[in-house]
Amino acid sequence: MNKIGLIISREYFTRVKKKSFLLTTILVPLVIIGFYAAIIAIAVKGSTDKQSVAVIDETNLLDHKTDSTEKSIELKFIQNETEASFVNKYKDQGYSVFLYIPKFNLDSPRNFILHTQSSPSLSTTSALEDILNKAIENKRLIAQGIDPQKYDKIAASIKLSNINDTKKADTGNSVMAAYVMSFACGILIYMMMIIYGTQVMRGVTEEKTNRIAEVVVSSVKPFQLMMGKIIGIGAVGLTQFAIWIILMFIGSTVLSFVSPDLLKQASAANNSGNVSQAAEFLTGVSSLPLLKIALSFVFYFLGGYLTYASLFAAIGSVVSEDQQEAQQLVFPVLMPIILGFVIMTKAINEPNSSLAVFGSLFPLTSPIVMMGRITYDIPFWQMAVSMILLVGCFLLFTWITAKIYRTGILMYGKKPSWKEMIKWGFRRS
Amino acid sequence: MNILELQNIKKYFATQKAVDDISMNIEEGGIFGLLGPNGAGKTTLLRMITGIFYPDSGHIMFNGKDFNAMSDAMNIGYMPEERGLYKKMKIGEQALYLARLKGMSKADAMASIKKWFVKFEMESWWNKKVEDLSKGMSQKLQFVTTVLHNPKLIILDEPFSGLDPVNANLIKDEIFNLARNGSTIIFSTHRMEQVEEICDHIVLVNKGKKILDGTVPNVKQEFKDNIYQLGANILPEHLMTHIFEVVKHQPNQLLLKLGEGTQPNDVLRYFINQDVNIHSFNEVLPSLNDIFIKLVEGTATARAFEKVN
Repeated sequence: MNKIGLIISREYFTRVKKKSFLLTTILVPLVIIGFYAAIIAIAVKGSTDKQSVAVIDETNLLDHKTDSTEKSIELKFIQNETEASFVNKYKDQGYSVFLYIPKFNLDSPRNFILHTQSSPSLSTTSALEDILNKAIENKRLIAQGIDPQKYDKIAASIKLSNINDTKKADTGNSVMAAYVMSFACGILIYMMMIIYGTQVMRGVTEEKTNRIAEVVVSSVKPFQLMMGKIIGIGAVGLTQFAIWIILMFIGSTVLSFVSPDLLKQASAANNSGNVSQAAEFLTGVSSLPLLKIALSFVFYFLGGYLTYASLFAAIGSVVSEDQQEAQQLVFPVLMPIILGFVIMTKAINEPNSSLAVFGSLFPLTSPIVMMGRITYDIPFWQMAVSMILLVGCFLLFTWITAKIYRTGILMYGKKPSWKEMIKWGFRRS
Repeated sequence: MNILELQNIKKYFATQKAVDDISMNIEEGGIFGLLGPNGAGKTTLLRMITGIFYPDSGHIMFNGKDFNAMSDAMNIGYMPEERGLYKKMKIGEQALYLARLKGMSKADAMASIKKWFVKFEMESWWNKKVEDLSKGMSQKLQFVTTVLHNPKLIILDEPFSGLDPVNANLIKDEIFNLARNGSTIIFSTHRMEQVEEICDHIVLVNKGKKILDGTVPNVKQEFKDNIYQLGANILPEHLMTHIFEVVKHQPNQLLLKLGEGTQPNDVLRYFINQDVNIHSFNEVLPSLNDIFIKLVEGTATARAFEKVN
């Protein structure tokens, strides 16, 4: 006869059977996949839309060459107009952007003006600046007696490619993938800890205000009721995670059938870097230690969730229906979670900085920060210390909060002060 | 045999001596009334009997052995004053869950639920949720979940509040039934007319202490005021005597209080000697309500906070 098992299964099945659980579980990855598909679709389609830009070139800087180096821009040179006369007409002639190049001194070019009907996009502005800068450079080269074509041969522009020698068969593509994966894991664990922690708190408050707690604790120990709820809700979280992993597996299998051809085709059709980057990203992801990441995720989710869930349960047990009371008490518990998130964003960029190491050992932040570093190589001792501290912290918190919970769940009326709660927590049983 | 024995039970909270040295015995198979004004310590006492609280000191014996909250849970059914059920859970599943928490097997629990649901005409509720029920309906459900596991000791805290007379009678009959079949019932209330009707034995607590303990007839005897009711046509000139005082005089009925050392027969003899035709003569015992008010009177309506140490 296992009463805690009964409680766990009630907590688990009442949540899993809800429509909202199915909806969020299925919808979240669908939204992510949809987003991903949209990015690929846009990359494949390429930016074929050319922006027509009306140009009045009083210095003849651009030599009336409509064929610019920037693919997204098409220049239309306007004759027999001045800036002042054309500024009122360009809209009616179908242009949304009008570039005015005044007469200028080659040594100090200025007063170039871009007239628009709305704020210009960043890419348009920078593309036009590139065109102008290139043209001015060419003029200056000629003025100095240098052949621009010769200069092009001299100018260097290299890109560094990275190989991490501690990993086997690393192609160097995985830097971006590792970054994205770390960030995704960190955010996911942060969200799941808050979402499921709050669920524990709401569940406890519900039992208290419905007075069902009194009926149940006449059959089981308050500790069993609390742990049953925490474990049951944690199992819901793991179920959700498992479904996502399965969906991801199916998704990536399908994608690997479809995508190579698609991507190849796309890169052939369009030479812009986006598609090949996407392809590199995919191979990068598959080169990551996915099993290790998944296992660590499960461990840190459980550790972090259990540590915080007992705190949330204690808070749920001392508040009544008043949601504001709960909010006040929750804030100090959310602080370290948010701190963990902040450290995590830093740790991704500098995974071996002392802040990152501290954050991934300190048990209140370690679940989030460690997941942010997980795609980098973490020394074994750090992993071990972090895990041991987390488990120890969970045991200590559960021991203290169980006592607060036991008293709080049968108290009605005024919310106890922090001092009283701490007194309950350390009282001998 | 006593199913429950409390010996010198104490439970102090930070600001109150909720239960201050109470001892009592509860006999098996009876209906026992636990009475007291608001805040007297009844709920705290019941929570200790159900194992929700541990007493600070004192001893509880259940069924002849030391009380063990976990292993005796199966033998106790507790219906708290503030009703508690999961609002969003289906009624059938809820009853099953609560019965299994008590330690019943699934099959036994199902059989018992069927039996009770049929008895209370609740079969059609199985797939409904508690939030769909009226207050009275959820009261019935709460009662059923309390007795599902056929407990030896049933503790009911204000079981009739919110019930219409028909349903109140239904539950009252069930309480008698359960007692007849050997269950012991502890019935906590401040509705005295129900106590008088239902209970065999009562205990009155006030300010954490027991102030009265006995069977209903004995308690009434103990608190009687020697008041008698005489049915007869009595004229004022008949009342010139010192053997009794007149409490109330109506044309054909007299309420009188016997004087010191007077026996009822002296009164009858007196009136017979006066040639009065008597059609009735009986003793008037105080109602529990009167006794309750008399004992508790003077207690502040709300219990003041006090320093314990």
